[in-house]
Amino acid sequence: MLPEAIEAMTEQLGLVGNASSLHAAGRRTRRVVEESRETIADALGARPSEVVFTSGGTEADNLAVKGLYWEREPRKRVLISAVEHHAALDPAHWLADSQGARVEPLEVDELGRVHPDTLRAAIARDPDDVALVSVMWANNEVGTVQPVSVLAAIAHDAGIPFHSDAVQAVGQLPVSFAGSGADALTVSGHKVGGPMGVGALLLARGRTPVPVMHGGGQERDVRSGTLDAPAIAGLAAAVRVAVRERQAHARRLTELRDDLVQRVREAVPDVVLNGDPADRLPGNAHFSFPGCEGDALLMLLDAKGVECSTGSACSAGVAQPSHVLLAMGAQASAARGSLRFSLGHTSTRADVDRLIEVLPAAVERARRAGLS
Amino acid sequence: MGLRVLAAMSGGVDSAVAAARIAEAGHDVTGVHLALSANPQSFRTGARGCCTIEDSRDARRAADVIGIPFYIWDMAERFQRDVVDDFVAEYAAGRTPNPCLRCNEKIKFSAVLDRALALGFDAVATGHHARLAGGVLSRSADEGKDQSYVLGVLTREQLGHAIFPLGDSTKAEVREEAARRGLTVADKPDSHDICFIADGDTRGFLADRLGAAEGPIVDQGGEVVGSHQGAHGFTVGQRKGLRIDRPAADGRPRYVLSIEPVSNTVTVGPRAALEVTSITCGRPVWNGPPEPRGELSVQLRAHGEVYGCSYEESADGLRVTLDRPAMGVAAGQAAVLYAGETVIGSATITASA
Repeated sequence: MLPEAIEAMTEQLGLVGNASSLHAAGRRTRRVVEESRETIADALGARPSEVVFTSGGTEADNLAVKGLYWEREPRKRVLISAVEHHAALDPAHWLADSQGARVEPLEVDELGRVHPDTLRAAIARDPDDVALVSVMWANNEVGTVQPVSVLAAIAHDAGIPFHSDAVQAVGQLPVSFAGSGADALTVSGHKVGGPMGVGALLLARGRTPVPVMHGGGQERDVRSGTLDAPAIAGLAAAVRVAVRERQAHARRLTELRDDLVQRVREAVPDVVLNGDPADRLPGNAHFSFPGCEGDALLMLLDAKGVECSTGSACSAGVAQPSHVLLAMGAQASAARGSLRFSLGHTSTRADVDRLIEVLPAAVERARRAGLS
Repeated sequence: MGLRVLAAMSGGVDSAVAAARIAEAGHDVTGVHLALSANPQSFRTGARGCCTIEDSRDARRAADVIGIPFYIWDMAERFQRDVVDDFVAEYAAGRTPNPCLRCNEKIKFSAVLDRALALGFDAVATGHHARLAGGVLSRSADEGKDQSYVLGVLTREQLGHAIFPLGDSTKAEVREEAARRGLTVADKPDSHDICFIADGDTRGFLADRLGAAEGPIVDQGGEVVGSHQGAHGFTVGQRKGLRIDRPAADGRPRYVLSIEPVSNTVTVGPRAALEVTSITCGRPVWNGPPEPRGELSVQLRAHGEVYGCSYEESADGLRVTLDRPAMGVAAGQAAVLYAGETVIGSATITASA
């Protein structure tokens, strides 16, 4: 967590007061919450009334996808990119399985991009029956940045609300809610150096998604539950700092990442860089190592002090080929042999040096162990 | 610097304590939970089943307490092919397999060991109750929990890369140690039955896979005394559940004597006809010390009785002669030979008389 976020959060932890109460303590807490709301709105190009606090990115995605679907009933079509995070994809599939929705995945190219023409063609098949469109701002696995404002405009031309999961983008890419034209935008606390367990859905003022959770209606009557004022204060501080320092941070990460990519390519000549080589998250490098199993490579690197991650894991923890890579046209074996290296605030050139030092031997060993 | 050891962690108390002991001994230990089912259940129900998501979490929790890295290896395909399909095929062929033994032979000390060695590990450790010293396997200090039988099929090469840290301990000591170490699995019930048949209904499991096929139950003279819904539902020595309409001439209970899968015939007879002293086996695996010492004996099933014996090896197998008759010896089980407490070899039973 960013020091500013820790400070803002801990300052609140010892204080009591429910932001919905009318007494003095409640008013004090409400002030903290509302100032946080203003800070976040200001940093992300939104109006304060457009900030709906949630328990994190997953809840915000659920509220957007399910809530907008229900708001737009009886329309049945949900157009969602094939490379979404599970937090957006799974609510859509649940709508299909139990609510009669028709989920139509938007195909991506080999770099993981949704083309404007793909969306146009999908809408045109039956524009009046589309409930919503959801395309993430930037992909969490391969880092590819989507043409969000173009896609949002296409949806709007047909009168369709547009949601984007921007969890990965805030603090790494310039994000403006107003500028993007999106109707709903997901933000998460811990991805910007804030606390875990808090996030927000930026929600255009005219939108009234049906709530996922019912109760006191604390947040614009679309989200219920007593607000977690300390976490919200921490989130606001993190967003403020992350957006303020974004350019310098992104420049540093891009340099470090480009160096990492180049040296990994030198160390393992047949490695494949996944995702858009240019238009990608600054801190993201994602590779396929032919002939290796990602799990084995991860274990060998971890033993040498290099931490990275494979794609997705199912609930039993068994590695599944990434749906993102499969959607980009990768073979299942290549998808299983993939690793993501994420760079952030604490990453240094020494970390990259260490990776390059241990990577060739690890790859060779993983290749010998084969694809199990 | 100690060894690089891969500790197979089922989520149970034994493998957790085993991993803790080798880590404490100064080895570089990595915990691995084997995912053996493609569609794991969420929770355990009592002593049955394994590889539920709850088990993998218990294993991870134990690894965290011990302070070792932890991974899950997906062995579901190998397990299905080498253990589950083999189990069904053996029953279809009229034999009675032991899947735990097959799992040790084909999964834990083959697929897992091979991968571990390729990844730079020196050995695989498990929580089996058996002693292993200098590559020689012998019975556990806990007679009731001894698992040397289901490990007796391993080759010298496999045993050379195995570590069984619990051999000198009783189960009660292991549980006590788990509690002392703060391992929350200390009170977890022991596993019983076949792990991949979660409801314990082996006959139903086989019937689902092999289908029902009505066939005759005959006595030793060949006379039909009843019928059954599939020969695979029976095992040699079985008495209950035969559902024979007519009582035997002598009024005594009848037992399954043999199963003939091709004609789908189950032969029954009196208890005395189950008694055998001569056991024919396939090719043996010799895995004992060069000069075994102690009384020669053989064990014919897991937790089964031990019989004094002698043996003769021929080009195509092994013939074991028992000192006293054994009852209900089933083809497909392993005959594990011991010299005193030490395992010297094993072979698969093919026939008995």
